[in-house]
Amino acid sequence: MSARRHLAWGLASLLVLAMAIGLWSWIARAGLVSAVFLPGPERTWAAIVKGLQSGVLVQQTGQTLRRMVLGWGLASVLGIGAGAVIGLSARARVWVLPLLEGIRPLPASAVAPVAIVFLGLSEQMILVLIAFGALWPMLLTTAHGVASRPARLAEVSRCLGLSRTAYLRKIALPGALPDIFGGLRLGLTVALILAVVGEMITAQGGLGTRILLAARSFRAPDIFSGVVVLGLIGLASNAILSLAEAWLLRWRPR
Amino acid sequence: MKGAVLPLGLVLAWQGTATVFGLQSDTLSDPLQVLAALAAGLGDASILRATVQTVGAAAAGLMLGAGLGAVTGLVCGLLPVLSRLLRLLIEVLRPVPAVAMIPIALLVFGFGARLEISVVGFACFFPMLILTETAVRGLHPLGRDVARMLRLSLPQRVVKMVLPAILPRLFVALRLCAGIALIVAVTVEISSNPMGLGYRLMLAGQSMRPADMFATLLWIGLLGWGLNLALVRAEHWLFATGARA
Repeated sequence: MSARRHLAWGLASLLVLAMAIGLWSWIARAGLVSAVFLPGPERTWAAIVKGLQSGVLVQQTGQTLRRMVLGWGLASVLGIGAGAVIGLSARARVWVLPLLEGIRPLPASAVAPVAIVFLGLSEQMILVLIAFGALWPMLLTTAHGVASRPARLAEVSRCLGLSRTAYLRKIALPGALPDIFGGLRLGLTVALILAVVGEMITAQGGLGTRILLAARSFRAPDIFSGVVVLGLIGLASNAILSLAEAWLLRWRPR
Repeated sequence: MKGAVLPLGLVLAWQGTATVFGLQSDTLSDPLQVLAALAAGLGDASILRATVQTVGAAAAGLMLGAGLGAVTGLVCGLLPVLSRLLRLLIEVLRPVPAVAMIPIALLVFGFGARLEISVVGFACFFPMLILTETAVRGLHPLGRDVARMLRLSLPQRVVKMVLPAILPRLFVALRLCAGIALIVAVTVEISSNPMGLGYRLMLAGQSMRPADMFATLLWIGLLGWGLNLALVRAEHWLFATGARA
């Protein structure tokens, strides 16, 4: 498709988005749905502006972002590290991997009550929850990526007298990068979800706490503004990761 | 076989430590107590009742969300124009975490099954839409020409050619969404909705009954594992010959 047609379709798509927002506004103003449930885009926007001006929304967004990034970072370090070790060792794959595969389908949020018992309704509990949930995709994709390097490459590196760490750093991890990025992306989605869940349960501040408390006191514009910001976080974090992936994997033939 | 050694060893070590040192705790429990709690929960049917609530809400949400998603995906796959027009709208809505819908659904429906069904439905809608659309797109263009040659109408083409062709991939998508549905249902119960397994788990933790808590956790794990296994088996059985997905 030519660039111009591409642009035309993009604009048409934008127009449809604008129409959807217009429809939302019309439904709200015509009172088809009670204003208690559905604030229009205008009131949602007003709530966002108010939150930005008073700094409350900025602070809550910062809290959620910080938890998401910290928990995800922790999971990345642990997951890629352990995944690399498991991927390198055939023995670890036979003895340890089945246990890890068995834990993975457990809903991460189901671990929250256990984490609360040990850590209380605290910041640490939220971070542990996020790290636990985001760990699995990264660990398993890294293990898979490292393990599935062609055997020829391992032989070559042995001939060259490369140490295990050198093989890992120079051959296995760069080769596994496309797999690892798949895990990082999935992990980031999980991290945002669990940050919100953790904040809802613990009421430690952040966007999750904001929207749940707003629901309890029937402040719909505050919920919608929080949900809009959460959507933006999801959109932006995915876009940033895509850019990083495109840059880091620029050596890969398209 | 070898894979079972480590988990069994860990469980035995846990039990051994607890027995030797005489564990007495509000936060930990040993495997035998957990099994006893699970047996008690199954015996008085309290776990089964909670399971029915959770699985029922997850299944209803799955049918609603995945059904709508599959239909939308099918239409978008058959009409590329519509797909391109809707792209931005979908790309904007898709990254919204499903759990962020909990407060909105809470406001509209209050506590109960409908809260859970709506959030699960939202969570299942987009994956199903995308996967169905991709499946339709992946069909060989020759099928379209053949349909035109046979003078099939669009509904005939959908029923006779498109649906049978994408069925295996549709089932894979459904399996994926079933996993999401169970996770989201439990999450909704843990974070707000007072019903089902998630609530039972939360309650056990808050009232310092660790054996009950771990038993419920174990049960949820078994449930998810069994669901996945059953669906994988069904998939093999249904599409054993033409499995391309």
